[in-house]
Amino acid sequence: MNRTGAGAPTAVKGTPFHERTQALCQGKNWRRWSGFVSASSYDLTHEHEYHAIRSAAGLIDISPLYKYRICGSDAETLADRVVTRDITKLAVGQVCYTPWCDSDGKVRDDGTLHRLADSDFRLTSAEPTLLWLHENAEGLKVEIKEETEQVGALALQGPRSLNILNEITDGALAELRYFHVIQTQIEGISVHISRTGYTGDLGYEIWVDASDAVPLWDTIFRNGVKHGLAPAGLLALDIARVEAGLLLIDVDYMPAHRAVIESRKSSPFELGLGWTVSLDKRNYVGRTALREEQSRPTEWEFRGLEIDWLSLEDAYAEVDLPPQIPGMTLRESVPVYAEEEQVGYATSRSWSPTVKKYLALAHLQAKYAKIGTELKIEITVEHQRRTAIARVAKTPFFNPARKRATFDVVRTP
Amino acid sequence: MNNYDAIVIGAGHNGLVTAAYLAKSGLSTVVLERSATPGGCAATEELWPGYHVDTGAHSFTGIDQRVLSDLQLSSGELEILSPDPVLVSPQHGRRTLTLHHEPAKSAQSIQPFSDRDAARWPEFLEAMSLATRVLEVLYETLPPRLAKANKGDLWELARLAIRLGRVGRQDALELMRLIPMTVEELLDEWFESDALKGTLATSGITGICQGPMASGTAYLLLHSLVGGGGVVRHRSQLRGGMRALGTALQQAAVRFGAEVRLSSPVSSIRIKERCATGVSLESGEDLEARVVVSSIDPAQTFLRLIDPTELNPEFVRAVKNIKYRGVCAKVHLALDDAPVFGRGEENGTQSAVLQGASIIIAPSIEYLERAYDDAKYGESSKAPYVDAVVTTALDPSLAPEGNHILSAVVQYAPFKLKTGNWDESRRTVLRDSVIDTLSTYAPNLRDAIVHCHVLTPADLADQFALTEGNIYQGEMTLDQIFMMRPAPGWGRYQTPVEGLYLCGASAHPGGGLTARPGMAAARAVLSHSTKNR
Repeated sequence: MNRTGAGAPTAVKGTPFHERTQALCQGKNWRRWSGFVSASSYDLTHEHEYHAIRSAAGLIDISPLYKYRICGSDAETLADRVVTRDITKLAVGQVCYTPWCDSDGKVRDDGTLHRLADSDFRLTSAEPTLLWLHENAEGLKVEIKEETEQVGALALQGPRSLNILNEITDGALAELRYFHVIQTQIEGISVHISRTGYTGDLGYEIWVDASDAVPLWDTIFRNGVKHGLAPAGLLALDIARVEAGLLLIDVDYMPAHRAVIESRKSSPFELGLGWTVSLDKRNYVGRTALREEQSRPTEWEFRGLEIDWLSLEDAYAEVDLPPQIPGMTLRESVPVYAEEEQVGYATSRSWSPTVKKYLALAHLQAKYAKIGTELKIEITVEHQRRTAIARVAKTPFFNPARKRATFDVVRTP
Repeated sequence: MNNYDAIVIGAGHNGLVTAAYLAKSGLSTVVLERSATPGGCAATEELWPGYHVDTGAHSFTGIDQRVLSDLQLSSGELEILSPDPVLVSPQHGRRTLTLHHEPAKSAQSIQPFSDRDAARWPEFLEAMSLATRVLEVLYETLPPRLAKANKGDLWELARLAIRLGRVGRQDALELMRLIPMTVEELLDEWFESDALKGTLATSGITGICQGPMASGTAYLLLHSLVGGGGVVRHRSQLRGGMRALGTALQQAAVRFGAEVRLSSPVSSIRIKERCATGVSLESGEDLEARVVVSSIDPAQTFLRLIDPTELNPEFVRAVKNIKYRGVCAKVHLALDDAPVFGRGEENGTQSAVLQGASIIIAPSIEYLERAYDDAKYGESSKAPYVDAVVTTALDPSLAPEGNHILSAVVQYAPFKLKTGNWDESRRTVLRDSVIDTLSTYAPNLRDAIVHCHVLTPADLADQFALTEGNIYQGEMTLDQIFMMRPAPGWGRYQTPVEGLYLCGASAHPGGGLTARPGMAAARAVLSHSTKNR
């Protein structure tokens, strides 16, 4: 039986691009993402897909993101009331990355907020957010519409992404600045294109009516092949986002509303998102707590770690093995030590094929979080716990100029 | 002057009590009342020439004695009239159960219904008064602060009561056992007579959208005993009508220096940086104050008067989750002859009625449950529970000489109907159900009616600014009492808005003309304002 007692279908859904992605997914390597099936990798391994993102372009189906449209005369008020950034300063055509908090100033989720028109916003989130938006909309003149299933989304990421899109749009795309969005057409298909992404690279996200999803995929794909475009799955994306130093909900932090104990909750400051917190704007959810927290020294920081290669070699040499590195991002939390004392934990670890380093994202006690601080990270060598030296490093680990570059004319970046 | 230390919204009895205490402590205080008369639900209106009808509450159990003395209310200003016997409960076959102040007299009246029940009556009173003593301690206590509400809360309170040393552990444990029970279970432990159990069970259902077979109704029975001096269904009224309470409290507040502005509806509470800074009036006038105390219910305070973006969504959710579900209506009859219940003078019923006893129509627990069954499905009771009083019995001045007023609280008349609204036809049906019900026991009533007036729950909502017509500003159910009143974690009169307090029946210890929420809220305000100085 594929149904619950209440009669609701329990089968995972395909995204609007499923017809195409399922044909391409040779390895049948699927995972679930917010109730949708989503390719972990299309090839038997994800390496080619990763390199497509970094050296050509990768096409990632990100339709499972929750998407909400907020319209009406109080749309700005609602958006501004929910998120930590000052939305009154977000111009039409601009996008911002922002977390949002509960009333205790603990992060519930993070996502992007697109201002499509003066009173028309699109919010993306990792967690279902409809109820939260409604609860914050009490007394406001807004219309909140969930469009998760109605809108398909593709991330086209990598150095050739602009070239691919330029050839199939009217050319205005070169002028689209980092974290901006335009409404345009791709071969007659109406889309929103935002210069955003989760790879820390030059890249775009394309938002399309679900009914136009398959033709859109075909158009991009047909045109992209000559640029080296490859469909990319979540494993490749996960490596890219660690290189970009971008945190992932449920991996790097626990959403506050699902935390069963206080210590699992994080404030934006503790996640390295202090830059997204406006303390002066109009009252919003969590402001009082965030102001109060901001007045105290921070206890936790979210930082990059670079694991020392020689120390890794040494650890493996003891058992006569060459160093072993993860081929994909590891999502188990491991302890980080200063001498013998645990001072933090790394929540994401990945070998970076581009930076050629073993990287981690870690929560560290503030006094151990200075860039360059030498710490130790736990590694398991032949079933035994050991440590390797890890240095606190600046993120993003990989930050190409093309990510934010402005392009005056159509050219190869 | 438009700058005060404190603004109190609403001149109901709790609002006036709070204002009087604040003024007495030297705070410049103004009370803002939307209607033209003070008193809120303690209201008396001249519905017909010469007939002064208590359109809100027609009885009260007991106003906290300390309020009367603290606010120096003399018996001249506020003459409390308390009948004995306290109630008559007419039964089929013209029999009547009568309860008195004196337990032995009540037992004597119970005896024809059950020898056993009559024998247990004094013991029952003793047991109830022990449990009530614990409640009285709790009602005196500022509910503990709650980081998070949990199941152990009530037990925490009981331990608090024990720690205060005024009650024994056994009494507290017994209270813990009783509180979640149904009033039916509680009464079944003691009695066998339907007449007695039905009569007593009414105290467990007043003002809530639940029947006597619902959990927590035993608590409400105990709540009704607080302040009654050990007398079950103790009732009092005021000479000149219940409006005398508002008048006297207004005078007291003014004596202490407070200003009371009638016909001055508030349009919003002004907030800056999450602190209350004053109010705006519908007239356009703005008043400033560092303390704003609202005696109206949370739905209106937080969802109508405050810009909801000033409040946390979690708090707004809690406020929206407060259950009101009004179930009471009122029917007022002007009579040119006294109604004769039961066998009239033959068994003393008539003299009881003419001494101002409550007339309780609740012949059995099942009768009440069936009355509730209708309401459960969004209809008013075909055979309702009626709590009637001939108010002119104790105070003949309320009606032209030789005439009477019968005031009846009717339950269940649900605010939210399954279909339609409280329109004229529903009003007529309600009126007829009450007259029919009463006439069953007092056959001469129908012919004695000179005038009739009905307040549906929708009318109560409008007239007394009661959300969903709930007479207690929020149901007195187990999940909405103590530190869960009005919302979990907000049982200390404070609100998430700094400087904004609640002082009405929506606050601990809840509804009724007790003055307790008003007094306790004033205490909370004063303890903070001293600290903040």
